[in-house]
Amino acid sequence: MADFILLMISAILVNNILLIRFLGNCPFLGVSRSMDTATGMGLAVIFVLTLAGMITWLVHTYILVPLALEYLRTIAFILVIATLVQFVEMVIQKTAPPLYEALGIYLPLITTNCAVFGVAIININEGYDLITAIFFSFASACGFALALVLMAGMRERFALVDIPKPLEGTAIGLITAGLIALAFSGFLGLV
Amino acid sequence: MSITDEFTKGLWKTVAPFRLVLGLCPTLAVTTSGINGIGMGLATTFVLVFSNLFVSLLRRFIPTQVRIASFIVIIASFVVIVELVMQAYFYPLFKILGIFIPLIVVNCIILGRAEAFASKNGLLVSLADGLGIGIGFTLSLFVLGSLRELLGSGTLLFYDSSHPGFHVMWESFEPFTFMLKPPGAFVALGLLLGAMNLISRHQARKGG
Repeated sequence: MADFILLMISAILVNNILLIRFLGNCPFLGVSRSMDTATGMGLAVIFVLTLAGMITWLVHTYILVPLALEYLRTIAFILVIATLVQFVEMVIQKTAPPLYEALGIYLPLITTNCAVFGVAIININEGYDLITAIFFSFASACGFALALVLMAGMRERFALVDIPKPLEGTAIGLITAGLIALAFSGFLGLV
Repeated sequence: MSITDEFTKGLWKTVAPFRLVLGLCPTLAVTTSGINGIGMGLATTFVLVFSNLFVSLLRRFIPTQVRIASFIVIIASFVVIVELVMQAYFYPLFKILGIFIPLIVVNCIILGRAEAFASKNGLLVSLADGLGIGIGFTLSLFVLGSLRELLGSGTLLFYDSSHPGFHVMWESFEPFTFMLKPPGAFVALGLLLGAMNLISRHQARKGG
């Protein structure tokens, strides 16, 4: 159990997927302008990433490895993720319309979120077993949601402050992200 | 627009990581040196040019409902080619770029160009578009990588210990290692973007 707690802390705080590993930065800067969208995106990513981490691991271990097709990993994983996102979208639409409304366009966008694909590959590269892979995927996604919500909280206040003209918009967003990342690197000694 | 226009728009007007804010993950992650930036940029350009080429060729045969999935399969095939070629011939670079090579498949620039441009335009313009955007991306990565390398370790064009590049900073220069760390990547990109906005505003004022 201690191992899992350590893995969680490491994935959420120390090796934060957005700020330290640099995965999923497009939505990070794209949808962090308001708190509502950030929360929606965060939840959608937690849900899909955990599922995708599990399924890609199963596909790799029980289909690609026995058939010696590991070099097709990239194609196989992206297809699995695209199908999964589509499927999840349909299921949520049928069973939980309010959740579907809340997640809105963020669900389809997750297909090209490199955080999902990246974590699937890290799971394989690090040689995790199934349980560890699921834990790691879940923890990484929580780290993603945490950083996204923190960032949105800060960016909402930008509306009220005086920012130098050339830095408005994305530029100041990037610099803010840098400062948040700097704060996160303070966790480096934890694990 | 003519072919030259399609080519040159990718170099400044719509240069991908800055103007479109797409493809940020590789931009931030691998630009710890200029050479890494070029390597990543060229790998992406290769995939971009060929995916544009094939999407444009097949645009009349791909049904609209499944177009995104078809584009992804086309892109993923070229990513696998790049991955295997780099592993065979550029192993040190392959090790450094690591996970970001398979991740080219989810680089939103490539899917974006396939969807917004190549699926609606002819062969030659699509090629020009892919080449322009790709070279613009490579140059951006090279500039950002060189800046971080210069401030962070005081060298330029460092590849490995047998190709150490140039020591350009003075003797007593204390490397500003913050630039090589992840937070430095965000700040450097933010400042470069700010500088670019400044130049654009200046140009606009002169023109208008």
